Amino acid sequence: MTATPRSPHDGVYDVAVIGGGIVGAAIARELSGCDVSVALLEARDDVGDGTSKANTAILHTGFDAKPGTLESRLVARGYHLLSAYAEATGIPVEHTGAVLVAWNEEELEALPGLKEKAEANGYTRCRIVDADEVYAALPDLGEGVLGGLTVPDESIICTWTTNLALATDARQRGTTILLKHAVTGVEEGTEATTLHTAAGEVRARWVVNAAGLGADHIDRLFGHDRFTVTPRRGELFVFDKLTRPLVNKIVLPVPTSRGKGVLISPTIYGNVMLGPTAEDLTDRTDTATSEDGYAFLLSKGERLMPRLLAEEVTASYAGLRAAIDRSDYLIEASPEQRYLLVGGIRSTGLTAGIAIAEHVRGLLEKAGLPLRTREELPPPPRMPNIGEATLRPYQDGDLIDRDPAYGTVVCFCERVTEGEIRDACHAPLPARTLEGLRRRTRVMNGRCQGFFCGAAVTALLEQHQTDDGCRSQHKDNR
Amino acid sequence: MTHQPRLITPDVLIIGGGPAGLTAAAELAGRRAGKILVVDREQDAGGIPRHSDHTGYGLRDLHRVMSGPAYARHLLQAATAAGAEIRTSTMVTGWADADTLDVTSPEGRYRIRPRALVLATGARERPRTARRVPGDRPHGVYTTGQLQNLVHLHHRPVGKRAVIVGGELVSWSAAVTLREAGCTPALMISQYPKAESYGAFNAAGRTVLRVPVATRSRVTRIIGKGRCEAVEIEHLDTGRRRTVACDTVVFTGDWIPDHELARAAGITLDTGTLGPLTDTALRTSLPGVFAAGNLLHPVDTADVAALDGKHVAEQVVRYLNGERPSDQGVRLIADAPFRWVAPQLLRPQDPAPARGRLLLWTDEFVRFPKVTVRQDGRVVSRRTLAWPAAPGRVFRVPSGLLDGVSPTGGPVHIGLR
Repeated sequence: MTATPRSPHDGVYDVAVIGGGIVGAAIARELSGCDVSVALLEARDDVGDGTSKANTAILHTGFDAKPGTLESRLVARGYHLLSAYAEATGIPVEHTGAVLVAWNEEELEALPGLKEKAEANGYTRCRIVDADEVYAALPDLGEGVLGGLTVPDESIICTWTTNLALATDARQRGTTILLKHAVTGVEEGTEATTLHTAAGEVRARWVVNAAGLGADHIDRLFGHDRFTVTPRRGELFVFDKLTRPLVNKIVLPVPTSRGKGVLISPTIYGNVMLGPTAEDLTDRTDTATSEDGYAFLLSKGERLMPRLLAEEVTASYAGLRAAIDRSDYLIEASPEQRYLLVGGIRSTGLTAGIAIAEHVRGLLEKAGLPLRTREELPPPPRMPNIGEATLRPYQDGDLIDRDPAYGTVVCFCERVTEGEIRDACHAPLPARTLEGLRRRTRVMNGRCQGFFCGAAVTALLEQHQTDDGCRSQHKDNR
Repeated sequence: MTHQPRLITPDVLIIGGGPAGLTAAAELAGRRAGKILVVDREQDAGGIPRHSDHTGYGLRDLHRVMSGPAYARHLLQAATAAGAEIRTSTMVTGWADADTLDVTSPEGRYRIRPRALVLATGARERPRTARRVPGDRPHGVYTTGQLQNLVHLHHRPVGKRAVIVGGELVSWSAAVTLREAGCTPALMISQYPKAESYGAFNAAGRTVLRVPVATRSRVTRIIGKGRCEAVEIEHLDTGRRRTVACDTVVFTGDWIPDHELARAAGITLDTGTLGPLTDTALRTSLPGVFAAGNLLHPVDTADVAALDGKHVAEQVVRYLNGERPSDQGVRLIADAPFRWVAPQLLRPQDPAPARGRLLLWTDEFVRFPKVTVRQDGRVVSRRTLAWPAAPGRVFRVPSGLLDGVSPTGGPVHIGLR
């Protein structure tokens, strides 16, 4: 056993993981804790820039998964793994709990079945409550609530920090992170597979496909034809922070055959979110918001919580879920090709990511890749806190006394300080773009959307721009 | 937290170092009202005029005209010379308790408990998201505030061809800034029907600016991956839509006051302005807390904000001397097409509003506006004013029209014909 990570032998990595989202980063982290060399290939210029950045950011108990599925098992386990990992790394989490709200008789009658389903999934803390109890918890809900089901452990989490923590951890364990490496071709050899990418060739003995929206394309490059990804667009509204006192719990709709429906949720940054819509598209890059989406959300919101709609919208965005034509995760190894597919990971992938990585490790071992855990792994990274529930740098007098840069507020709406922007630009996985900086610090995400700080933030980003070698595969990244 | 925040106790704390705050500070310090502290979260005090690098500032308060940055420097110097303390890069982040504010600055985290407080936090433009304009989320979409910051303070390039959304005074200011930055303002989009709606610029001014205007129009979509490529616009009457190519979009006007601290303190807001509801002495609903400037009337020109600051100073002095307002008073209500009126409360024995003017915002253009003041079904006064009521800029009404109002009557309605 060794304490140091393996380097690629003759330029050939033991494993290449395609996709720098939460699932890919979790897998790279898991594998680079073993005695193998790992490369993480990301098509875009930052990790977590695809489906992982724009989900509903809920840490799911898995109470409503389909019992007996792989998804149900991995979400339930992932809940505990990610909760512990968040504790260790400082990923912001708030254990708000959720209430599933019934607005008509049909939904009310569905509640006992949902409670039984939760129990079949091993989650036993759901309780059926009457309308009074729902209104006691959420007094600003619209009229007409008939009852509800409580899910006390459903929580909100920072999806951005989760992705960054996993990728940073992977990197510190020795994973080579290759950004702007969109895979365009696959050449299977007897010893190694050559991945043709937008930034040159990458060779690896084993390949894990965690490419999210592109997973079926990659799968076809390996000669398979087993599934098709349908980009399912979800649009969301983020309301002003002044609305947060209205919503202290996740408000879930009773799921129907048409999907999970529109929820209202507090966000980890102190806002309130309304969404998502669900619309199947063909264009895998279409993350535009739409008039129909807005109208739909506003009509739903009007019913769910009219007071919310009187407030200002801070942001709206759309994310794409990688929906596939089956109702479970599709995780399969092809040992003869030294290839493993991780497909169909929907929004639950945020919660399940670390459990998926464990599962993948087991499948790879079974398929013939020896994986021995290394001793003395570096400790997990300590991530900057961008959540609203615990002390942020601008509130920390001791920290400001030590370093006045944390007392210089640059983004007024989100209270982001110069120190945090500087740190994000020099982190192991630094911010390279305004979008990357937004996800690391919340800068410019507030109600003024850059009216006050946009120009100053742009200047700071340029001033602190660093090259960490992640864009090129040839530089030593340690 | 082991840290015990320091506490400072000035006589007056002014939050916001723009024209209103700095003028109030200069006036209060000049009247020897005690220790006057101004805090501003920006690196430099002066407010929006700092990055409005064109002339036209200072007319009503200083009776001369200068550029925005020169005006900001002048106000700062006047406040400092009078003895007020100005702390910049100093942000009030919230309330520690009912009379104490939490502050973050490079000098540390501390608290301020003043005897009297003036909120002068100004206003900002609603960005694209708050206006609920769907589409892609490309680069190159700004508010005027961000645009002017980029161009005038940071000397950064913008695109080549811009669409300006809005037809307010500030929209023309955006056009000037774009031209200076080498970006052609290709089209201005306004929901209003007539060219006269576009603010104070006369035909000659518009000719110089040469910006074509799409009237009765709105933006329905932003298009472009990475960089902005076009906007889709709709004619409000015909419903016809077309796309207009542009790499830059500036969302102008559509102001909202920065009322976060006021709301957090539970101060009553006016539903029209969304700023604190105030009487003509600029008192808010919280004793000892005053408000001035564009926080109250989003948005009037810098000199009018400054004159608010001058007006509020005298009221603060009276408060510090123990004077308290009458608990009587009647509400002023803006009837359509007026969107709001400021101030909104008329109390017996109170002074006339700043400059002897009520400020109103209209949604309709009326060239010869007849303003009618009614109370309890009775016409108190009626006067045809010599200046038009135009959307996109503040409409001023002499407060003498309120002279016949009964301080014990019902709400006072201000209407327009």
